[in-house]
Amino acid sequence: MSMTLNGSKLQTGASLFEGYAPEAGVYDEYFASRGVLRPHARRFVEELNELSLEELTRRRDQAHRQIYENAVTYTSHDESERVNRPWDFDVLPLVIEAHEWQRVSAGLAQRARLLNRMLVDIYGPQSLFRSGLLPPQLVYAHPGYQRAFHGLLTSDDLYLHLCAADLARTPDGNWWVVSDRTESPSGAGYTLENRLVSTGMYPDSFRARQVQRLAPFFMALRDLLERLASARREHGQIVLMSQGPSNPNYFEDAYLSRYLGYMVVEGGDLATRNEQVMLKTLGGLRRVDTIMRRVDGLDCDPLELFGDSSQGVAGMVQAVRSGALTVVNSLGSGLLECPAFLAFLPILCRELLGEELIIPSVPTWWCGGKSELDYVLQHLDQLTIRTCYRDVHREPVVVQRLSKGQREKLVDAIKARPADYIAQSEIQRSHAPVWLRSAVESWPVALRTYLVASGSSYICMPGGLARVSPVAHKLDISISSGEGSKDAWVLSDGPVPPVSLLNPPGFVQELRRSGAELPSRIADNLYWLGRHAERAEGATRLLRTTIARMTGEAVAGNSPEVSVLLRGLAEIGQIEPGYAVEDMRQHLPAIEVALPMAVFSDTEASSLRSTLTSMNRTASLVRERLSNDSWRLINRIYHEFVGRREFAQSDLNRLLEQLNRLIIDLLAFSGLVSESMTRTLGWRFLDLGRRIERSMHTIMLVRNLLLPLEDREAPVLDAVLEVADCSITYRVRYLNNLQLAAVLDLLITDETNPRSLASQLVLLCEHVDNLPRDPNLALIGEEQRICLSALTSVRMLSAEKLARMRSPDERQNLDKMLGKIASQLPRLSDVISSKYLIHAGLTRQLTEFRSKAPEESGLPARMKGDATLP
Amino acid sequence: MSNDIKTATYKITHTTTYRYGETVPVCHNEVHLTPRDTDSQSCYNSRLHIKPHPDVVSRRHDYFGNQVHSFSIPEGHRRLSVSSTSRVDVREREVTATAKSPAWEIIRDGIRQTHDQDRLEALQFLFNSPSVLASPDLREYAEPSFPAGRPILEAIGELTTRIHKDFKYDPRATTVNTPLEEVLELRRGVCQDFAHLQIGCLRSIGLPARYVSGYLRTIPPPGKPRLIGADASHAWLSVFCNEIGWVDVDPTNDCFINLDHITVAWGRDYTDVCPIKGVFVGGGTHTMSVSVDVEPIALPEPTENGFESVASTM
Repeated sequence: MSMTLNGSKLQTGASLFEGYAPEAGVYDEYFASRGVLRPHARRFVEELNELSLEELTRRRDQAHRQIYENAVTYTSHDESERVNRPWDFDVLPLVIEAHEWQRVSAGLAQRARLLNRMLVDIYGPQSLFRSGLLPPQLVYAHPGYQRAFHGLLTSDDLYLHLCAADLARTPDGNWWVVSDRTESPSGAGYTLENRLVSTGMYPDSFRARQVQRLAPFFMALRDLLERLASARREHGQIVLMSQGPSNPNYFEDAYLSRYLGYMVVEGGDLATRNEQVMLKTLGGLRRVDTIMRRVDGLDCDPLELFGDSSQGVAGMVQAVRSGALTVVNSLGSGLLECPAFLAFLPILCRELLGEELIIPSVPTWWCGGKSELDYVLQHLDQLTIRTCYRDVHREPVVVQRLSKGQREKLVDAIKARPADYIAQSEIQRSHAPVWLRSAVESWPVALRTYLVASGSSYICMPGGLARVSPVAHKLDISISSGEGSKDAWVLSDGPVPPVSLLNPPGFVQELRRSGAELPSRIADNLYWLGRHAERAEGATRLLRTTIARMTGEAVAGNSPEVSVLLRGLAEIGQIEPGYAVEDMRQHLPAIEVALPMAVFSDTEASSLRSTLTSMNRTASLVRERLSNDSWRLINRIYHEFVGRREFAQSDLNRLLEQLNRLIIDLLAFSGLVSESMTRTLGWRFLDLGRRIERSMHTIMLVRNLLLPLEDREAPVLDAVLEVADCSITYRVRYLNNLQLAAVLDLLITDETNPRSLASQLVLLCEHVDNLPRDPNLALIGEEQRICLSALTSVRMLSAEKLARMRSPDERQNLDKMLGKIASQLPRLSDVISSKYLIHAGLTRQLTEFRSKAPEESGLPARMKGDATLP
Repeated sequence: MSNDIKTATYKITHTTTYRYGETVPVCHNEVHLTPRDTDSQSCYNSRLHIKPHPDVVSRRHDYFGNQVHSFSIPEGHRRLSVSSTSRVDVREREVTATAKSPAWEIIRDGIRQTHDQDRLEALQFLFNSPSVLASPDLREYAEPSFPAGRPILEAIGELTTRIHKDFKYDPRATTVNTPLEEVLELRRGVCQDFAHLQIGCLRSIGLPARYVSGYLRTIPPPGKPRLIGADASHAWLSVFCNEIGWVDVDPTNDCFINLDHITVAWGRDYTDVCPIKGVFVGGGTHTMSVSVDVEPIALPEPTENGFESVASTM
């Protein structure tokens, strides 16, 4: 066997690095020179070479599959079906020597201490301005400098809890800091993922190589959060505040929260009462003590900060001020990301810490200083220009790449507002071997590593997120730029003790049951997941039976049930009502074309496709509450259905085949729910949704398909039994003797049939009886009354009545009774929503000081020109 | 207090009422409604009445030293009323002859070079803020009043007079969110717009200026009684003038301020000192009504050189 590598055919056993040429003039992370490995990389490469290329390729593919699976597990696919990890995973790790990393981590810990001191001073006494160590303008003119945060940092504690440094290595082998990330640095979750994937890929190397673990870093983070949360009470509540599933960071939010063991919440899940931040749950409001925020500080509180932010919670700043809440990172920490600060760090380090800065920053000039401005304008061609205030939409400008006109424009802009700009030297980044394409290539590397506050200093993560790109300056744009990412291995001098976030042996976990702490938003989404799943199943069943009857042998003419079934489809919005006319025979060809289109329509809100889309979306909003299997299944249901659109639309038989598969998958999901989901309130809400939806579907079938029957009943009865999944039961009981009364009994009153209306109502009664309620309230709630009344009216139906269904009066009575239940079910849904799911609607601003109409104005309408004024 | 310093005493009542079409289950508010103490003003007996009753009312001083109250109403309500009452003594300000004030460039240059406490404090008000962005257009508008070497008070006085002359008071022309460029274009607006405009002009030429919110005593037409509650909140600005300190001017009325203006709060612009802001849930449509009453309790006897002429020294 042979395979193509580097353009030439290599035999099995060929080395991955044959033909790899380190780039001249830069530091190569693996090779000291061509063919000569650096000592610390030698053992790893030797181990790699012991594996065949086939084996390596197999492991690489498996690593990529694992990453894909993770993406599927933790993120929702959008309609374009892109998995939103920003880079490909490169299986060749960045390997860093132990001794070297010691210096880097000590330097970065020093840097974090320095940044913390600056933060505390800037949002406190501001002595740095008076002493002339930091130009006040840098802060006062900074749009991110929020006066509301002033005075929140009051003790000697570390307030910068978590930060990251972006590093680059110059040709002489030294590491430099390119930028600091202090708001809520992203990428730690991906770092963890990279590590878990590469551990799986090189299990032997990990055992032998003495690679330092990442777990101690995350343990330190957890210790910190728990220490902060328990400062005021035991077992304080910690949550991770996310921007939600539509944000690209959501993968990390979900991944990290699961790893650390905290709940992910969004701004809408929180409320403030009595200057405390609370989590809205089914059981009411629960106090939150510590928030690890993944939301920009400026977006955290629409009351005191930017009023248009929907990500925060009104009153959060006051909760911090009153001491009831700790936020990680402290509000305001993002200010330290201002790149102009880099120019002042050496002197600040000397003055504030009495130490020399260990790891230098990329040379930076703030144009607000006169001599700096002169220097920058003179050396413009060797520099990169950035705006002082972080602006994600604006990439750094490499002056050399500008046209003459662009250059002049830039010079004018700098001269007009010099203080808004900084200039930096470009750093010649180190390269590393990258195996993303067919051959191993030499690409520039960027490394981000993380620090977490611990005691009076910081712990540096041994490793980090390495990114690679064939074009060096692309790495400077953002953490998600670049083409590949690598795990970063920091080697150890001695054996690495096994550490894990799991509890030690002998730890006795207090036994618990989940209860009313379920966030209302989660319950709401589970409820709708249940409804959408059941709605999809009902529609699929009806479609399947209809299409089977249309494509069967009887299609030539005498299949009276088809028009009845089409009426049902029209009723649930699957086809235009115009097709559901008595004499539909002439329409049949048109229906054969229209039906598959309607099924796959993405513009009709009630089409099967739209229902499946809604099911997928609601599931994606609660995926941390679903088992991996359930989430994969839901994803597969959606993607297979939409993916086979072309195939299934081509003719009715293929559509039928697709519907058959869909039913099996939907049943598999409901099986997973019933067999594997713990009977928490979350499950109850999911099942509530399902039962309400199935009740409505059954009532629809009876009222629209069965009650209007005149004669030629048998085929319709047969079809309806099939739709309702009751054919076998019926046949066992009554053989082929099809009668309306027996069918109605099975569909409506038979409580031994899990698909009957009565069974749904029994379950609904049980669910609403078990929802949390105020124990002091007398009598039962409205939701209980609705369920009980519906169940009672079904139970009061007598066998005699059902037997008299040939009489139009009796049918009308039954129709009326079912109609009443059908009208009460949406009411039930509303009552449950308003009682349990909606603690708060949309928040609005009360800022109108005046409108254009003077009578509502808060202003002196008669001020100007008033003769009586002084 | 020595007898030759004149003092005016006011009782001020400022009531804001919101009415909602639907029930508001919860709201959170922050108000700047208590007049601050300043070199020329003392506030006492200040009270805040909130209906319905809030859970916690916290009082603090904000970054600029203004008094802020924050409160939440955790129960359903369809009407919220916030009423602030206080008594304020306003003392006559020392008047510097405008022609003797320092050249405006001295202030412009000094503020960037020296970082003593006063100048550091003033420096904050030199840069862009949410509602006031410096611009070449504003600079161009300001420049004719600021020829080289002109005494700063003289220059400011002229700029104030020009704004008063060029801009028409028109409460229908703008809203609270109208950007400054539009005001400059329209040449219309209300006191808040004019204050923002002049602040923007000054910042654009390198002078620090802050926004002041407060009240103005209105004098009924001769022979007519004072109408209770017919006053309103007002806004003007203050300019840093080195040793002279901060000098307040009112472009809406074309005057330096003195005994008739009562300061509530100052900040970089309106957004820092908004009298009432809040976040609420639900509520449907809502309306707001404001009543302000500035009742003079004691006024100094007008003299030939009294406060009325001070206000029009420019």
